[in-house]
Amino acid sequence: MVNSRRGFLAGLLAASAIPRLSWADAGNPAYLAAAREADGTFIMVGLGRDGQDLFRIPLPGRGHAACGHPTAPEAVAFARRPGTYALVINCVNGEIMATMQAPKGRHFNGHGVFLSDGDTLCTPENDFTKGRGVIGFWSRKSGYKRIGEQPTGGIGPHDLRKLPDDDILVVANGGILTHPDKGREKLNLDVMQPNLAYVDPIKGILELVELEPDLHQNSIRHMDIHADGTVAFAMQWQGDLSEVTPLLGLHKRGSAPKLLEAPFARQMGMKGYAGSVSYNGVGDTVAITSPRGAQVHFYTRNGDYIGHWKRRDVCGLRDLGAGFLASDGNGALHRISPDEFSLLSVTQRAWDNHIVSI
Amino acid sequence: MRKFLPRRLLLILALLGTPALADINMVIDKYIIANTAAFTQSTANLAISAQKDCTPKGMKAAFHHSFDAWVRTSHIRFGPLESSGEVLATVFWPDKKGKIPKILFKMIKDENPVVYDAKLFAGYSVATRGFFALEQLLYDDKFSNFSADSYSCDLVRAITKDLSRIALQTHAGWLGGYADLLRNSGAEGNQTFLTEKEGPQVLFTSLLGGLEYIHRQQLGRPLHKFQHRRPKRAEAWRSNRSLRNVIISLESLREMATILADGHAWESMELFDSTIAYAKKLDDDVFARIQENSANFQLGSLQQMVGATHEMVNAELGAHLGVVAGFNALDGD
Repeated sequence: MVNSRRGFLAGLLAASAIPRLSWADAGNPAYLAAAREADGTFIMVGLGRDGQDLFRIPLPGRGHAACGHPTAPEAVAFARRPGTYALVINCVNGEIMATMQAPKGRHFNGHGVFLSDGDTLCTPENDFTKGRGVIGFWSRKSGYKRIGEQPTGGIGPHDLRKLPDDDILVVANGGILTHPDKGREKLNLDVMQPNLAYVDPIKGILELVELEPDLHQNSIRHMDIHADGTVAFAMQWQGDLSEVTPLLGLHKRGSAPKLLEAPFARQMGMKGYAGSVSYNGVGDTVAITSPRGAQVHFYTRNGDYIGHWKRRDVCGLRDLGAGFLASDGNGALHRISPDEFSLLSVTQRAWDNHIVSI
Repeated sequence: MRKFLPRRLLLILALLGTPALADINMVIDKYIIANTAAFTQSTANLAISAQKDCTPKGMKAAFHHSFDAWVRTSHIRFGPLESSGEVLATVFWPDKKGKIPKILFKMIKDENPVVYDAKLFAGYSVATRGFFALEQLLYDDKFSNFSADSYSCDLVRAITKDLSRIALQTHAGWLGGYADLLRNSGAEGNQTFLTEKEGPQVLFTSLLGGLEYIHRQQLGRPLHKFQHRRPKRAEAWRSNRSLRNVIISLESLREMATILADGHAWESMELFDSTIAYAKKLDDDVFARIQENSANFQLGSLQQMVGATHEMVNAELGAHLGVVAGFNALDGD
């Protein structure tokens, strides 16, 4: 790609404006999470492993997830669906370093990921004029300028991750067609077809994974990726709630997906909705949260159901050592595992959907 | 500030200080525990009545009485009932795949001895237990012609005993500690309700959940789509309780809202009143006639009124209690 002189200069300026800071300068947070404060304002918080605040940065509106740079203390906060802007925030001083505007006819979905070069930010976007998903690529060293895009191979992409060993992206194409004119209204539930897509940033789509036809209303929305490349994907059932369907699947490239379920009544208790999914730090357990069912379900990495933990409005979930950090809309952060749970902190704020690791 | 305040002023200050907490105790005592007690009493009577006369003729009055009591308490699903996981064992509905008749047929054909062991029966399929299995045995021609010395009679007895156990267990759970957890929301060491707000929050969520259940399930399922109005998708259509369940639900939720609002949500109360009055004017068989335009229109109107009530309760009562329902649960993303 050839940069214009102006673009090149702008990139240089942006680069020189960034002092060489590291996450240590921001207090070494382990996680980022968005929240609504008791006074109704919105913030992004850097959290330590003990669940304590290391920094708080005001946001202009409600967040969803965020994306932290692998080394520099920069976080990208995306406007939640169907928002069209994202803010790159210096987590040391709270300054906004750049504002990313989705191209015309596109909106962000609250998620994003950096490639291993630490320069290319990838954002799943809804191309609502064409009714398809795209991944947008943005260059950090050029001041978060848009540098390209690739189709996601589906409609309504939501979460986006990167495989551990190379720069292959995994997209959760939720399958749901929306249009900003109609807010979050779902326009194609009868014919929706979600999939899991593996996308090479240069070559495009490598593999598409679909579920059985009777699960076509199971929207694949969030993921976590095991160090061995297994993708754990969480789903949200858009069909009749009296049908009890799996909400968690495991997939490894080149093989068939494996769908996991708890015993019937427990599974029904999830109310057809998984909010977040995560492996634990040692990778032997995978869990999903359901804020609607007010519970977390734990499985072994092989897919055997282990048990559950109850907590109202629980949604955010990330690995914390051999267990997990769980956040909820009632202001609590818990350290949980199939065997024990302990409260780390509780505040008057409402934690938003996801916790992301740095 | 004076060191000693007159007693009357102290009382006023106490009342001003924590309105939400005072309401919580009222909700627990006058609503939750009163309702689980009534449910326990009526299911005990149901089990006794099954011992006396298990035939449909002998059972119907007690069936309705205990089902009424269930509906009144059904919106409080958190706590002991949730921990025991026995909501489904109480009401297995909707039964979209027709599991109840299938398994009842098989049980009766095999004369499955599980009915003679209360403990085994309590762990048996939820489709064979609760009000909806009982309803089919008492009201569906496929099952209801049984005599007092038949296996079906033993099955009826097992179901009623099991329901009575569930009710008692739930009631005992509230009395035996859960009520205190809720009363002391936010107290040190309370791991269930971590902050003072979580108590009112869970009650508020239950109230809205109840209204949503009426809107989406009790009315939404039979109304379905305009071309596909389905009388048999209505709740408890066999015993003609569909409208009765909606009315009792609304009345029960209104009672809970009244206590929680403590005079601060009069628009919600007005909407509750007009919705209940409208529902009470409808004919008993309005759900059965849902394919007729007039009945369909009436139930559609009722559904809209329930929706409007939900919206108003959410806004008005949420503001009064200083809570919001399901920050993440309702975000849906």
